[in-house]
Amino acid sequence: MTDLSPLDSEAVEAAVADALADITLASTLDELKEARLAHTGDKAPLTLANKRIGGLDPADKAQAGKTMGKARGQLNQAIAARQEVLEQERDARVLVEETVDVTLPVNRHLQGARHPLETMQELMCDNFVAMGWEVAEGPEMEAEWFNFDALNFDPDHPAREMQDTFFIQPPNAGIVLRTHTSPVQVRAALERREALETEGRGIYVVCPGKTFRTDELDATHTPVFHQIEGLAVDKGLTMAHLKGTLDAFARSLFGPDAVTRLRPSFFPFTEPSAEMDLRCFVCNGEDSGCRTCSGTGWIEWGGCGMTHPNVLKAAGIDPEKYTAFAFGMGIERTLMFRHGVKDMRDMVEGDVHFSQQFGMEL
Amino acid sequence: MPKIPLQWLAESVDLVDGHTAVDVAAALAKVGLEEEGIEGGGVTGPLVIGRVISLVKETASNGKTVNYCRVDVGEHNDAAESDGMVRGHKPDNNETFPPSKGIVCGAHNFHEGDWVVCILPGGVLPGNFAIGGRKTYGHWSDGMICSAKELALGEDHDGIIVLASPSGASDVTFPGLVSESDLVPGASAIPLLGLDEETLEINVTPDRGYSFSVRGVAREYSHSTGQPFRDPAAIRVTGARTADALAEGVFEVAIEDDAPIRGNGGCDRFAARVLRGFNPAAESPAWMKRRLDQAGMRPISLAVDVTNYVMLELGHPLHAYDLDKVVEPIVVRRAVKGEVLKTLDDVDRILSTEDLMVTDSAGGRGARPIGMGGVMGGAETEVSASTVDVLLEAAHWDPITIARTSRRHRLGSEASRRYERGVDTQLAPVAIERALTLMQEFGGGEIDDLWLDIDNTVAPTAIAMDVAYPSQIVGVEYTPDEVVAALELVGCTVNRDAESLLVTPPTWRPDLVDAINLVEEVARLEGYDDLPSVLPVAPPGRGLTHSQKVRRSIARTLAESGLTEVLTYPFMSETRLDELGVPEVDARRDVVRLANPLSAEQPFMRTTMLATLVDAVKVNLGRGEQDVAVYELGRAYQAKHIGVLPTVDSTDGGIRPDEVEALNEALPGQPRRVAGIMAGNRVRAGWNGHATAWDWADALAAVDRVVAAAGGSVVITQGSRMPWHPGRAATCWLESGEFVAHAGELHPKVCERFGLPARSVAFEIVLDDLIASTEGAIRAAEPVSQQVLAKEDFAFVVSDDVAAGDLVRVIRNAGGDVVQDARVFDVYTGEQVGEGNKSLAVNVVMRAADHTLSADEVLNVREAIIAAAETDFGAVLR
Repeated sequence: MTDLSPLDSEAVEAAVADALADITLASTLDELKEARLAHTGDKAPLTLANKRIGGLDPADKAQAGKTMGKARGQLNQAIAARQEVLEQERDARVLVEETVDVTLPVNRHLQGARHPLETMQELMCDNFVAMGWEVAEGPEMEAEWFNFDALNFDPDHPAREMQDTFFIQPPNAGIVLRTHTSPVQVRAALERREALETEGRGIYVVCPGKTFRTDELDATHTPVFHQIEGLAVDKGLTMAHLKGTLDAFARSLFGPDAVTRLRPSFFPFTEPSAEMDLRCFVCNGEDSGCRTCSGTGWIEWGGCGMTHPNVLKAAGIDPEKYTAFAFGMGIERTLMFRHGVKDMRDMVEGDVHFSQQFGMEL
Repeated sequence: MPKIPLQWLAESVDLVDGHTAVDVAAALAKVGLEEEGIEGGGVTGPLVIGRVISLVKETASNGKTVNYCRVDVGEHNDAAESDGMVRGHKPDNNETFPPSKGIVCGAHNFHEGDWVVCILPGGVLPGNFAIGGRKTYGHWSDGMICSAKELALGEDHDGIIVLASPSGASDVTFPGLVSESDLVPGASAIPLLGLDEETLEINVTPDRGYSFSVRGVAREYSHSTGQPFRDPAAIRVTGARTADALAEGVFEVAIEDDAPIRGNGGCDRFAARVLRGFNPAAESPAWMKRRLDQAGMRPISLAVDVTNYVMLELGHPLHAYDLDKVVEPIVVRRAVKGEVLKTLDDVDRILSTEDLMVTDSAGGRGARPIGMGGVMGGAETEVSASTVDVLLEAAHWDPITIARTSRRHRLGSEASRRYERGVDTQLAPVAIERALTLMQEFGGGEIDDLWLDIDNTVAPTAIAMDVAYPSQIVGVEYTPDEVVAALELVGCTVNRDAESLLVTPPTWRPDLVDAINLVEEVARLEGYDDLPSVLPVAPPGRGLTHSQKVRRSIARTLAESGLTEVLTYPFMSETRLDELGVPEVDARRDVVRLANPLSAEQPFMRTTMLATLVDAVKVNLGRGEQDVAVYELGRAYQAKHIGVLPTVDSTDGGIRPDEVEALNEALPGQPRRVAGIMAGNRVRAGWNGHATAWDWADALAAVDRVVAAAGGSVVITQGSRMPWHPGRAATCWLESGEFVAHAGELHPKVCERFGLPARSVAFEIVLDDLIASTEGAIRAAEPVSQQVLAKEDFAFVVSDDVAAGDLVRVIRNAGGDVVQDARVFDVYTGEQVGEGNKSLAVNVVMRAADHTLSADEVLNVREAIIAAAETDFGAVLR
């Protein structure tokens, strides 16, 4: 093999073509490195030819420099391009080789959850808080005065018997496990009556919490349960405002088409009193075989009414100046029909799987 | 609750054409009477009377004994052959029987020769249950012999209906319902059982005593539908009334109530009239028995049936005495302590001085109790099969006296239910008239012309009401005419003077006492359906309270730590505290006890959350779960031994603040707590690692997180109390020094007793002080230093009894302000550090706020730390 002359542009082009072929054919980064050393290394014909430029006649140097520069440019460009292609191929291959099975179980930590009766209360409260209402709480062991007397339950009226009450020993102590969260209404009103009178600030509160009645546990009863009640005291409140509040509450839990209806009823602490039904949100009253509403089109949801003037008086509020409405519903019952819980016992036994199906929020 | 047969109802109000019980229920619901149930109806024939002519007991392959019965059902019998006998259907076609049909029946309360009710193929039972012939238990069965339940005649009757049992072998289901002439094989049983009649049971709210009657319900139905109401009480009272108890010819009665309750005399009206020469053997008519049965009362005898019938119809309880057994005068008085009365239900009742008694004068004036007024009569003087002269009482009793007596003796009767809700004060003479007329009609005799009526009832007080008041409360514009018309419709007398109304309620509505009660009448009669829906605008609120927000954070942080929230009942047994190892003298022994617990085994309220939370763990372990971590946010209850709550004496202008405070003070303590129990693994074994068990440190970490969620921080001290492990549990404090929690491993004995996995852990945190401690606190921010951190590691050899926490505290103090953090990252015991010693490796992070620490500065801190550790603990740097 004769030495390549930098002036022999044809031979240089041939060497370049040779090198380009090797570069293109290089299928791995190692082969490319080999080709690079072979064609651009110290001993490569083109490198040697380049070195020979120095020994040429000055007149030829320009021509030779131009030829060789072009040749080296071509080679470097081709090597870089090939390098990039091969690196990409390698990276892609390595990433494929590193593949793991992402369907393997990833979380070995025990999974916790909130109890849906608690998150349901929070959801309900948040809906009212968004409307400017406040959330009031009170004792679970309550004075009979707050649980009954203040709520217009005459001590000898059979209404007092409607609520099967747990009494604290001794029975004449006057302490009960509260049978409803209504005593909190009275307490909340007492705490806020000054602002009502001096600032004209209406009282708007919801009272969620645990309540107790001497019912044996079965599929639909539990001695320990939860209620949310609402109380609004202001100037000029009417049953229409009660209906509007219940409709808004229903929409917040059951969607924009939710509708309520009222039926006359009796509670000692409200007059007029009403039962509140929710239009069946499953069948909308169109399926006579509907399981949620038993085909009636309506779901009994709670009780309500205009707060009895005697209750306002017990809280030191003048019923001549202010009117008030109140409502209440069971959290368990709401959870049961909203989420299709079939058996009360699931909620109270403490089986973690019941809570876990609901996770952290309802 | 009252059951109203529809046909009975229709006597007092015209039902809308085509109205069935469902429609009537819907109409009544609109005015406030809720449906409880519907009975009857829904049966189509052939439902016939049959006589069991043969009954063969056979044991089926499933071990059950069934009866193959041949029942004579007259015209419905299988076709007879030339010899007059019938051949059964296949597979019974190899035998011949007297004229009859074959029916297989699994009930055993009837015998050969009994008269029964059969539904035959082609018939339909309530629930749209069509009956056909079918092969069963090796026989062809043509239908069913029916039970009362299958016919929707009530849940109370077990077994099939036996109409008559000539042999006397079976109990008759509806005694007195059928007469011999009704017993015709093949005759339809539908009219006999009143199955063409529906009965509607309604739920009467406690304010509506008058709805405990056909009269009251008919009036309500009329209010709802506008159909004309005919008052069954609008009958003429015959004879001569006298209020003079000593008048010649009346049975003397004296009302001598010397201990009225809450100012109310116990009896304000006592009317009595006599029927003489009554035939005690006379039967009640079938229609009356049927209606009583439909209404849920057992027919007994004509005299008793009539009193019950009139009570159901008019709502006024009556009591019939055998005149011969009552000794004049009758005295109504409070009982003497310890007095005894055997009531009609054959129970000896020991009386209280609050019980109002009807007594007669056998053995002295007013000496013998013969009835608990308005609740239940006595056995000695009741009408019997030999009574020919009947003394009928219609009295008006005070609701409070009745309610107390009924509650005291746990004796709710048809009478007491009505009196405690209020009975029409003006009905007594009418009820007597109606009852005696019926008794006379079916049992003969003469009604005394002169009758006694001691009447101290007070006319209802007129109520003043502004005519606009209903509109102001309800939010619907009622015209004055609408208001007046609605009130008149419910029976009020209304005097109108411009905008003012003076409304006198009817005597049957003792619940109408205030203007607000009248508003409800107007509202419900006008209907709730047209109420506008207007959302009131509340003033801007203050949002959730600090406590509410913090409790949500706490609940969430625990759930995110792998614990599941549960809600347990707060009731516990006597032994639970023993099981937890709580010492005899301990605040947790100050339990609140329920006077009427659901279960006698669990009369106490929990004083620690763990007492009931452990049950939730057991439920999950019992269902095969191995890794269980649960928590509960709730209250424990702490007795105060204050005794009886102070009374609130003034409600004028509301309860006073000092009274509220006194009540609150006297209530048992009800501290909020959060507790958790963790058992098994916190991290499960998997393809990428080993299992990690919950351990004592996780319980402490949970306390740390909860306190941090509340915005506080924890100081730990070694050691705890039962039910924790003495060496593997801690007591936790707030930085202010207040107690906040116990946490760590449970005592091995406790785990054993409850069947928990060994080394289960638990924590219980008191929340009230914790939450209060951060209320309103505004945290001042510290500037973030941009200097590079310096880190130094130390390995100190100390005695085993040196607590890591103490060493870290000393290191922090010795290092001064530049120490940002100090953590123990390794604990080593072994030969290299010598017996009785351990090595604690501590990483200390340092940084100055304004400059990078120089090597000299770091060295100075390091030496200070080493010196302090040596001084305080004899620590040697390894």
